[in-house]
Amino acid sequence: MTYVGNKADLKVVGTRPVRPDGVDKVTGRATFGADFNLPGQLVGKVLRSPHPHARIIKIDASRALALTGVKAVISAEDLPNIASEEAFVGEGPMNFRDLSRNCMARDKVLYEGHAVAALAATTEAIANAALALIDVTYEVLPFVIDVNEAMQPGAPLLDDNMYTANVEPKPTAPSNIAKRVHFKKGDVAAGFAKADVIVSGTYNTEAVHQAYIEPHAALATANADGQCTIWASSQGHFMIRAYVAKLLGIEIANLRVIPAEIGGGFGGKTVVYLEPLALALAQKSGRPVKMVMSREEVFRASGPTSGASMDVKIGATKDGIITAISSEMRFQAGAFPGSPVQPACMCAFAMYDLENVEVTGYDVISNRPKVAAYRAPGAPIGSFASESAIDELADKLGMDPIVLRQKNAVNQGSKTHYGVTFPEIGYEQVLAATKAHPHWSAPLGPNQGRGVATGFWFNIGGESSAAVHINEDGSVSVATGSPDIGGSRASMAMMAAEVLGIPVDNVRAIVADTASIGFTHVTGGSRVTYATGMATVQAAQNVVADLKKRAAMIWDISPDAVDWKDGEAVPAGANAGGFDPLPLAAIALKAGRTGGPIGSEVSVNAQGAGPGFGAHICDVEVDPETGYVTVLRYTAVQDVGRAIHPSYVEGQIQGGAVQGIGWALNEEYIYNAKGSMDNAGFLDYRVPVASDLPMIDAVLVEVPNPRHPFGLRGVGEVPIVPPLAAVANAVSHAIGIRMHDLPLSPPTICAAIDAKG
Amino acid sequence: MSALSYAAPSTVQDAIGLLSGAKGIAKVMSGGTDLLVQMKMGRLKADLIVDTKKLPGIFGITESAGVFTIGAATSGAQLGEHEGLKAAWPGVVEAANLIGSTQVQGRASLAGNLCNASPAADSVPAMIAAGAVAVIVGPNGQREAPVETIVVGPGRTSLAKDEFILQFRLPARPARSSDAYLRFIPRTEMDIAVVGCGVSVTLDAQGVCTAARVALGAVAPTQVLVTAAANALIGHTLDTATLAAVDAAARAACNPITDKRGTIDFRIKIAGVLARRAAKIAYDRAGARA
Ligand SMILES: Cc1cc2nc3c(=O)[nH]c(=O)nc-3n(C[C@H](O)[C@H](O)[C@H](O)COP(=O)(O)OP(=O)(O)OC[C@H]3O[C@@H](n4cnc5c(N)ncnc54)[C@H](O)[C@@H]3O)c2cc1C
Repeated sequence: MTYVGNKADLKVVGTRPVRPDGVDKVTGRATFGADFNLPGQLVGKVLRSPHPHARIIKIDASRALALTGVKAVISAEDLPNIASEEAFVGEGPMNFRDLSRNCMARDKVLYEGHAVAALAATTEAIANAALALIDVTYEVLPFVIDVNEAMQPGAPLLDDNMYTANVEPKPTAPSNIAKRVHFKKGDVAAGFAKADVIVSGTYNTEAVHQAYIEPHAALATANADGQCTIWASSQGHFMIRAYVAKLLGIEIANLRVIPAEIGGGFGGKTVVYLEPLALALAQKSGRPVKMVMSREEVFRASGPTSGASMDVKIGATKDGIITAISSEMRFQAGAFPGSPVQPACMCAFAMYDLENVEVTGYDVISNRPKVAAYRAPGAPIGSFASESAIDELADKLGMDPIVLRQKNAVNQGSKTHYGVTFPEIGYEQVLAATKAHPHWSAPLGPNQGRGVATGFWFNIGGESSAAVHINEDGSVSVATGSPDIGGSRASMAMMAAEVLGIPVDNVRAIVADTASIGFTHVTGGSRVTYATGMATVQAAQNVVADLKKRAAMIWDISPDAVDWKDGEAVPAGANAGGFDPLPLAAIALKAGRTGGPIGSEVSVNAQGAGPGFGAHICDVEVDPETGYVTVLRYTAVQDVGRAIHPSYVEGQIQGGAVQGIGWALNEEYIYNAKGSMDNAGFLDYRVPVASDLPMIDAVLVEVPNPRHPFGLRGVGEVPIVPPLAAVANAVSHAIGIRMHDLPLSPPTICAAIDAKG
Repeated sequence: MSALSYAAPSTVQDAIGLLSGAKGIAKVMSGGTDLLVQMKMGRLKADLIVDTKKLPGIFGITESAGVFTIGAATSGAQLGEHEGLKAAWPGVVEAANLIGSTQVQGRASLAGNLCNASPAADSVPAMIAAGAVAVIVGPNGQREAPVETIVVGPGRTSLAKDEFILQFRLPARPARSSDAYLRFIPRTEMDIAVVGCGVSVTLDAQGVCTAARVALGAVAPTQVLVTAAANALIGHTLDTATLAAVDAAARAACNPITDKRGTIDFRIKIAGVLARRAAKIAYDRAGARA
């Protein structure tokens, strides 16, 4: 069954029903991670390193354990020492050894805020008092924060055994450079020789946090017979199960993880921090243990995304045909390897059909918290550099930057520099819609500037499970293993309703726990509506086949002679017999007499996700005396394949744009001379507030992905890719100075204006 | 673990007695929007909280012969709803109304903003520019002190342990007088001033300034009363030369630090810009109050 192309036939998909999680959220009833409680539970707290880099000489918890009410203390010695092993259950590569050591430092602390010990006590006040009674002896070591400094020979080494991977010959000395990535197509030197115009520059971005509103929280119990349960909010309860089972040596069947409503993740909740500690404390104390991070802990100890330093050089003919691109991207990984430098190197240039391109990336560790995924990991950072350079090229050529992009745009059949040949994609359609949008030609006033930038994200499919059950009264339950961070309960219910031919109000979708549905990969990579949607659609199709069989049984005709139309079984034609339609509810009522309950669970490993492209236009006004930037107007155009629930899709696009605007303007991790983060709170880590922003105009372009029953593409990540450069290009035009460093905070802009004089 | 005591006395004498007799750290509380937050963050450990909100005279705004008396715990929201005060002292009111959010406005007070003794407190430069006087009570009775003498350093005031502010007094205004407050923050709200500037002026019928006070915030350990900037205004209309002189005087008065909210150079530059812009608003408002 494929619906692609005949949108007019769709009754539910493409409409805007009221969101099913909305009432609970606005009335405060939604149960988030910190809302679960169990009788007899203890409060768990983490003791964190005050040093950015130090050897742990001794941990003495005797004074803490002597305090009445303290029930258990753990440090790395209480946890299995995990060997190096690559895992892929989260949103990026993950080494179990690093994960374990990130959750609890072993031998060395590698960043300020690194967990050193954890304890559980009967009250929060006792737990806090006990933390101060754990005596840790450190040997303080020299530290390094900046990525370029960390790459220098002689920089303080975080790991004496780290030899840069993917370098020939193998380096003879260890360094902080964990890995080199390299993509090459054609001959760059020859390409630059053909260029009439060359632009080159170095671009820098700072580490930024996803800034989800809900801090990490977990509640864990360990029963005497070894059965364990964790309640937590995350982007993947199967991820929590896999990681915690591995880190604590538990058989997966003995660990059940129950998902909570999630208050934002954006990639940052695709790893574990508190969960293994809470469970280890529960095992040791014999009591349930609840742990909740403070906002300060979220900033200091959970994973932001990388800051980076990037060189880009682009050559083009005077007609605007790009002849060569070369780039080097140096990414902060935090204290352990795993920055998103590889996807950055891939995405930054994926919009262009290039003959000659060479991109090298370095994954560099330093004394910062280990980075975690953040919406289209790496792509916004790399694209800030590439799309700023393209804009500078357009300026130099005196060419409309959209026209320049159109001349070099990828299309179906274009082969990327990382080897993939694109299937049906909508980049050209997005560029055309952007150019045609009234925003692009609207007049600008004094001190105002306009910027445009585009972006690409792969989107993925992957493993998902979904079950569709027909209830006795004909209502329908849908259960999936995907935490709902962007409206997936609504879209699953809508797709099931579409297939079943019934109103969406009759369908209720939930997120099922790890013991109640098959394995499902994390909610990340913009995969859920695609892959989990595919499982849901297939389960609904199985149910329709079964419903037809049941109707055939009731009518005593062949199942082939039954059609399913608008939620009813009807005879397939005149020859099938003259029966009145049998509505779903009537068949459900008789299910017991026709073979039992009707339902289907489907597990898939979905392939063929549709790549996504977007283009954003941003207008700013810069106060030339203060450097203050007002975002005046913002338009975000994106190929979404097909919008299942357009309001949610627009919401994703608006949210991504806003996070990108914050990244561009004021968000940054600020380190002081002691290697400690100076702004671990929402006062000085400045995400945009509502009054900082204009309404974000989201424009949906629909170029269906033929590999999905409804043609959809992932939409959640693409919209955070273009804003960094869109804003920077707008600011650069407003002040007449090319801005290379984010954030574009007022002091930075002011200094640039003053330097120009 | 030590316990925390709380008292909400209903007479000034009782309040002073509690403070005088307190062992350990005793803190006066008005709205609590600084105090409670600091306690929750572990930055402050108090043994006794003396809540002022039941004291007579601690809330409310009264006017007599042009002099406004404002209860020390009067909230920002109450100030913003008082038409008479807004007409006479729009700068003081706009400064107080910049504090926090709608929720914070329901609690935040002028006394708390002042006695928290942050160099960045928004209402303080406006109050200093206005020539506001604090009415202080203590074991030796009542005394009055100009607002600029209260803060002596970050987190420190000139008040004795058993003194607190009961009220503020704003002087009577001649015709063609007004004030303005501007702060610079990188966002539109919910932020702390990188620089703040209050300007109060009186003009003659020709638009020439006859009296002025200028105060800056967040550019030194305490708010600064910038006499040189006031002198640059007095005797002048707001022409280009006057604006340049005010800008220069404001910059010269700065002794800022580089921190996460701004560099030294940036703060100094912005102080000059805000002094000019606030002076312009104050002149325009004063001219309109003929
Ligand atoms: C979310 C948020 C946003 C904020 N935004 C701003 C802002 O934009 N600008 C700004 O300037 N501030 C801001 N603040 C800080 C705070 O709200 C203000 O300083 C407020 O004016 C404090 O008043 P209060 O009545 O709540 O003081 P309290 O917390 O009650 O007291 C503060 C201090 O003053 C002392 N004190 C209180 N009353 C008296 C008195 N009568 N006599 C002597 N000492 C006294 C207390 O002992 C304490 O040390 C913000 C705070 C929050 C939580």
